Amino acid sequence: MTVTDAEVTAVLDRDGLDALVTVLRSDGRTVIGPTVRDGAIVLAELSSAAELPYGWGVELDAGRYRLVPCEDGAAFAHSAGPQSWKNCLHPQRERLWSADRAPDGEVTFTEEEAATPSYAFLGVRPCDLRAIAVQDRVLTGGRHADTGYGRRRRGALLIAAECTAPGATCFCVSAGGGPAADTGYDLALTEVVDEDGHRFFARAGSEAGRRLLDRIPHRSADLATEVTARTSVDAARDRMGRSLPPVDLRALLGESLDADRWDDVAERCLTCGNCTMVCPTCFCTTTEEVTDLTGDHSERWQRWDSCFDLDFSHLHEGPVRSSGRSRYRQWLTHKLSTWYDQFGGSGCVGCGRCITWCPAGIDITEEVAALHAEHEATSVGHETAAAAHGTERWTETER
Amino acid sequence: MDATSGTRTPTLAVFKLASCDGCQLTLLDCEDELLALAGRVEIAHFLEASSAVAPGPYDLALVEGSVTTPQDAERVHAIRAAARHLVTIGACATAGGIQALRNYADVDEYRRTVYARPEYIDTLATSTPVSAHVDVDFELRGCPIDRRQLLEVITAFLAGRKPDVPDHSVCFECKRRGTVCVTVAHGTPCLGPVTHAGCGALCPAYGRGCYGCFGPSGSVNLPALIPLLRRDGMDEEATVRFLHTFNAPAFDAAGRESRPSEEGVAK
Ligand code: SF4
Ligand code: SF4
Ligand code: SF4
Ligand code: SF4
Repeated sequence: MTVTDAEVTAVLDRDGLDALVTVLRSDGRTVIGPTVRDGAIVLAELSSAAELPYGWGVELDAGRYRLVPCEDGAAFAHSAGPQSWKNCLHPQRERLWSADRAPDGEVTFTEEEAATPSYAFLGVRPCDLRAIAVQDRVLTGGRHADTGYGRRRRGALLIAAECTAPGATCFCVSAGGGPAADTGYDLALTEVVDEDGHRFFARAGSEAGRRLLDRIPHRSADLATEVTARTSVDAARDRMGRSLPPVDLRALLGESLDADRWDDVAERCLTCGNCTMVCPTCFCTTTEEVTDLTGDHSERWQRWDSCFDLDFSHLHEGPVRSSGRSRYRQWLTHKLSTWYDQFGGSGCVGCGRCITWCPAGIDITEEVAALHAEHEATSVGHETAAAAHGTERWTETER
Repeated sequence: MDATSGTRTPTLAVFKLASCDGCQLTLLDCEDELLALAGRVEIAHFLEASSAVAPGPYDLALVEGSVTTPQDAERVHAIRAAARHLVTIGACATAGGIQALRNYADVDEYRRTVYARPEYIDTLATSTPVSAHVDVDFELRGCPIDRRQLLEVITAFLAGRKPDVPDHSVCFECKRRGTVCVTVAHGTPCLGPVTHAGCGALCPAYGRGCYGCFGPSGSVNLPALIPLLRRDGMDEEATVRFLHTFNAPAFDAAGRESRPSEEGVAK
């Protein structure tokens, strides 16, 4: 992705957006974007921009999601759907290789070379741009890159949709982000609906984005549209539904391993795993060996797993994290603290999905606030006690 | 230990206790794989498919149904004695099934009310899973069982490995499948968060809540789920009914485990 000198901007109307999808499809791309299905705005393949959720917004709360009509007819007036782009880039199940045994006993291995779709993602929220960057680091940044992810990711074109109407479960600002697309996109759109019409302020973020703009009907950006677009994205910063406490979360979580709050949340947590499945940065998988009845053909698959699965920490004799307390603590501590140790940053982008899609309505921001309050209330006493007994406060106790 | 090593073809037997036959039918339903299966095992006892039966011992015995009569209680010991590996298939064999609702009622009263000649009926007061009587090597859940999982169990047995049958919640499968959560998006009560995966989250994919036919998952927190069922409109009676369907005793036991001080699931 080349950073441009002068930002290339333009304004598209709805016809321009239609043309955008048509052009991408004629290039052989699989266009994925938001669309209404089963009472939610899901991500699915779009055959035309008409399938975008024009006129639909969402009403969000912890454990609650409702589709509601939005009067201005906007296409991108929603947030925190049940899927994220990881469903495409890091699919829930994928074959890695297969092995065949010939009649003479010779075994041959074949690496999976599935056709890689050339994706264009339309309507990537700024939090999700950051989530993709986080997964890039995790899945392709180390010594053992996930080659399937790498292939899909390299071929993907990212068209962002900046946020002007954050949802009630959004907290990207306090998670270190914001409603504006800063980097990592090919094209960024900001939807503007007012007396001057329904249009999209577009900014190219890469050479590919610029070339794409050239090929679709647009007009040059007028000042009024640009100012309205930028102001409403700015205003969205102050309209976050939720926030994380403004403290060093990495340290807070690291020092809260023995907190009582874990017992409280464990009483409410179903250990159902929904939070990790919807989280756009959670990357954990397990492998599965599939054999056929003849025993001569075997395949290795990778599928999504979660730290809420007992099997996830199964060593000899059983799971290391058997209690709900220890599994919830693993999830939250990994997201906000140990992720720094592993990958040099936070594992949470503040998209709010885990809050909305938790059937029990457990709210990561509320849990962190409670841990913070507990830490504040006990830290003085703790420090004294720790000093007195010379104990190590980072002990991991399993309950 | 490869069950197929050596020259002898392994034998497969299918037995039925108190049940509806649905789980055995799942085996017949494996149309595409049946030929391959028939080439790999000798089907020695499977009355649903053939009246020709060969005597035991059997390498793999699949047992459908629960123990509800004194005869079955004896028979299940004979099956165990004739089977190298005994796998229960379905909610009846694994948890007592729908007929375990009798465990909460007075069977004598049923007998008097329903049958003109109650003395003809020789039945036990309870419906119990096979594991209450004999050791079981593996329990495959579901009402009915899932055909892919059945094939996985048989294939794993033939390869001499452990079957890959995860015991996490149905929600895992629901999200992997890309289904919109019926509880969160529609306020529909769903047992998915406490139910053992295996069906592929079938019901939520068709817009209804999971009704727990695979029984409790490996990690159940019923006290956390019950307030949600109430929130979504189920009163106490409806909640008890919801949990008391295919796997009532198993959910009861899971409820006692997650909150030992309470009796039953919905108090
Ligand atoms: S932890 Fe929750 S809010 Fe943070 S990125 Fe994951 S799903 Fe989004
Ligand atoms: S929170 Fe759990 S599922 Fe998510 S990345 Fe961390 S360990 Fe994996
Ligand atoms: S926090 Fe919510 S979504 Fe996550 S495992 Fe617990 S109950 Fe399920
Ligand atoms: S619909 Fe049911 S099974 Fe699916 S995620 Fe929601 S609670 Fe879980």
